[in-house]
Amino acid sequence: MTETADHGSNLPARWSAAIDRALRPGEKVIAWFETDLNVELRFAHEAVFLTPQRLIALSSSGQDQVREWRLPADLTLLTRDFATVGGLELVDSHNRLAVWRYTTARSAAAQRFAHRFEVARVGHANGDGGLGAGVCPSCGGVLNTDDGACPECTPAAAPPPVSSLLRLIRFAKPRLGMIVLGFVLTLAGTVASLAPPYLTMPLFDKVLIPHQNGLPVDPTLVYWLLGGLAGSAILAWLLDWARTYVLAWVSERISADMRSRTYAHLQQLSLEFFGGKRTGDLMSRVSSDSDRICNFLSLNLIDFLTNILMIGLTAVILLSINPWLALVTLSPFPFILWLVHWVRQKLRRGFRQSGVAWADMTSVLADTIPGIRVVKAFAQESREVERFDQSNARVLESNDRVNVIWSFFGPLVTLLTEAGLLTVWAFGVWLVFAEGITVGVLTAFLAYISRFYTKIESMIRMVQAVQRAAASAHRIFEILDRTPSVAEPKIPYHPGRLEGSIDLVDVRFKYGTREVLHGINLSIKPGEMIGLVGPSGAGKSTLINLICRFYDVSEGAILADGRDIRSFPVAEYRKNIGIVLQDPFLFFGTVAENIAYGRPDAPRDEIVAAARAARAHDFILRLPDGYDSLVGERGQSLSGGERQRISIARALLIDPRILILDEATSSVDTETEREIQAALQTLIEGRTTIAIAHRLSTLRRADRLVVMERGMIVEMGKHESLLESPGTYARLHQAQLELVQGLGA
Amino acid sequence: MPEPFQLHRDPFGRLALTDAHGVQHLGVNPIRGFPISAAEYGVSICDQEGRELVWIRRLSELPGELRNLLEHELSQREFMPVLESIDKISTNNEPCEWQVQTDRGPTAFVLKSDEDVRRLDGARAIVTDANGIAYLIADLNRLNAVSQRYLERYL
Ligand SMILES: Nc1ncnc2c1ncn2[C@@H]1O[C@H](COP(=O)(O)OP(=O)(O)O)[C@@H](O)[C@H]1O
Ligand SMILES: [Mg+2]
Repeated sequence: MTETADHGSNLPARWSAAIDRALRPGEKVIAWFETDLNVELRFAHEAVFLTPQRLIALSSSGQDQVREWRLPADLTLLTRDFATVGGLELVDSHNRLAVWRYTTARSAAAQRFAHRFEVARVGHANGDGGLGAGVCPSCGGVLNTDDGACPECTPAAAPPPVSSLLRLIRFAKPRLGMIVLGFVLTLAGTVASLAPPYLTMPLFDKVLIPHQNGLPVDPTLVYWLLGGLAGSAILAWLLDWARTYVLAWVSERISADMRSRTYAHLQQLSLEFFGGKRTGDLMSRVSSDSDRICNFLSLNLIDFLTNILMIGLTAVILLSINPWLALVTLSPFPFILWLVHWVRQKLRRGFRQSGVAWADMTSVLADTIPGIRVVKAFAQESREVERFDQSNARVLESNDRVNVIWSFFGPLVTLLTEAGLLTVWAFGVWLVFAEGITVGVLTAFLAYISRFYTKIESMIRMVQAVQRAAASAHRIFEILDRTPSVAEPKIPYHPGRLEGSIDLVDVRFKYGTREVLHGINLSIKPGEMIGLVGPSGAGKSTLINLICRFYDVSEGAILADGRDIRSFPVAEYRKNIGIVLQDPFLFFGTVAENIAYGRPDAPRDEIVAAARAARAHDFILRLPDGYDSLVGERGQSLSGGERQRISIARALLIDPRILILDEATSSVDTETEREIQAALQTLIEGRTTIAIAHRLSTLRRADRLVVMERGMIVEMGKHESLLESPGTYARLHQAQLELVQGLGA
Repeated sequence: MPEPFQLHRDPFGRLALTDAHGVQHLGVNPIRGFPISAAEYGVSICDQEGRELVWIRRLSELPGELRNLLEHELSQREFMPVLESIDKISTNNEPCEWQVQTDRGPTAFVLKSDEDVRRLDGARAIVTDANGIAYLIADLNRLNAVSQRYLERYL
């Protein structure tokens, strides 16, 4: 273990003065540990320092209060972890001398400190026990030497938020050309639609009013002006048409890109993510949220841009015709902007809330529809309806809240529009009387201003759509921002086809804060068959989940062919593994497709051969369409044993080096089990196999039995030798014998 | 009625239980059965292997000294700060940092996702931070206005 310079990097500043005072000349800190709680479990900081001679404790309440213990003595540092708090305890052979308390956030650091203490006390550094490896178990990044935390994986608060909508630019980039085209069309269309009022000005001042006053009028001017009006209308229509098409095209593609990117990313995430999220919620993120964004991009965003352009251009035109009238006309505008901002804030909160409520409601559906048999069996239909009604009521409530704001705001804008128009009339009439402007100018103004306010109104209505889209974008980026916790290695090593040896070195694993595997050591030779037994909840499935890399170990390492499996690209590694689970999942598709799931290009011969070896061939042929029969969710329903044999064929077809059977025969009757056993025998031949089974008789052929209990390996050996010693295995075996005899009696 | 078991603390600070047959179990662990919904109901004392030795229906039914010992031990291993107010949530998007006041002093933690804020029965709620530490909100309606505003978007 490297000695850190001075007091070690990252030592919080609050300790440096006090520890400098406490240290003797030449004494150096080897390691330190800072708690985040005090002994009464209140949030506070205390610190322990290890030097070659002493253990020094400081506390932040009185930093001069220093406690110390001399080394070497019969001192031991123990860590004791409960659910969310832990304790570091200093004991000698008679007593407990001191306790430090911390939350789980610091438990890894506490363990490291205790380990360094042990090394310093014993006086030799015999390996790091996996602790000092310095490599993050999940991402392969370099760990902080002092607290053992991975800077990349430790969750940190997000950086100041870039608005989620702006982040959509990432998806817009590949379509830049079309987007620019759309924008140019928008610009041209806007200008074309602004032309008519400009033409009405001379129509009044040069044609109508002179005519009314009995002056001669040039008829060609009339044709020109009317022609111009018609022309600009047609041009505006054509441009609008092209623009709508182009932008709809672009936005469809952007949202399709987004959907597939989100889905692809979702597939990369480890089981841990799916454990925490609800299916309904994830489904709605991929489908309806991306759709909402598409709508926003194709309809609202463009309208929004057009409106802003229109408002800007109108303001310029108005100012150029008559600045005074323009200023008066535009005076309510700042107020409207402020109002928009205010409403936006209100609505944003409202929409987030209704998004959460909506996801809640979909989750209820996603929960109960697959579980409908249980619901009916326990006659809980009315309770489920009530549960749904409750979340539906929450949706209603949050939408109501939005509507209250909205219903107040809409009419208010109309009122402001009216007020604006009234101002123009009043001030304009006065100006005309004062000969400041002509009637033509006033009509043009009125035409522009009514457009102006319609645009503002529609823009404000869009605030709603913008906020909705922003909420959706946020939900999608929440998935995309998630780094897979089973990470691809930074410097991958390509495993190719493995020999099949597996070594578990001091493997520990936590679900959240609960450690369920406590230091597993096991070496498996290539081609060996291991039977994993133990009471349920012992951690057997967890162990194979780790071997398959569905999760990554919390501590320690798993080696395949002597290399850490985290150094392999995940997909290449899994190609070497075949899994048969207790409750096999068949996808919707044909039997053949399901068998070939892991190798879609497998020739039919091999599919049939695999099915034959799995003893599935005969029953498949009895299905109405043989290998082309549809199975899975919407297809033909198969019995448990039949599905199991299909999944065995599936595993057989990829010809894996490592085979994992997790209670593959637990859910079938003994007759079927015998069939499946025979099928499995072909599969096991020559492969490294780890089989979990409840019926111990299933594991007769295992080279070695590994007995697990409460997250530890308690016994290991052959069936006969295990029976000789009175341990867990003997107990399990006895219990099963009694069960069988009980049946026989 | 004398209790069918006895408890004492050894010099290492561990609990030792002597059961009805006079057998001594070292380093036993008291565990609450319903830590959130009914903390005072049901405490199990398990040995180090996790096997239950004694089930206590209600702590309040125990004689004073025994109860104190157990309650102290439980308080040493339970850590659920009660959130009293939220001073600040760093951003609108998760993960975000919460600065809060709790009954165990002020602290800050990171919330990973909006699903880690969960409503319980009545007006109670639980916030679970990125390290799995749960913060209890005893009564949503009694939080100050600022905290309620912050929570609005989660519940
Ligand atoms: N996804 C999970 N989240 C939290 N705890 C889990 C999860 N899966 C399993 N566990 C817990 O881990 C322990 C070991 O479970 P498991 O490996 O499935 O046992 P086995 O397969 O030996 O029956 C159990 O106590 C179980 O409750
Ligand atoms: Mg299992």
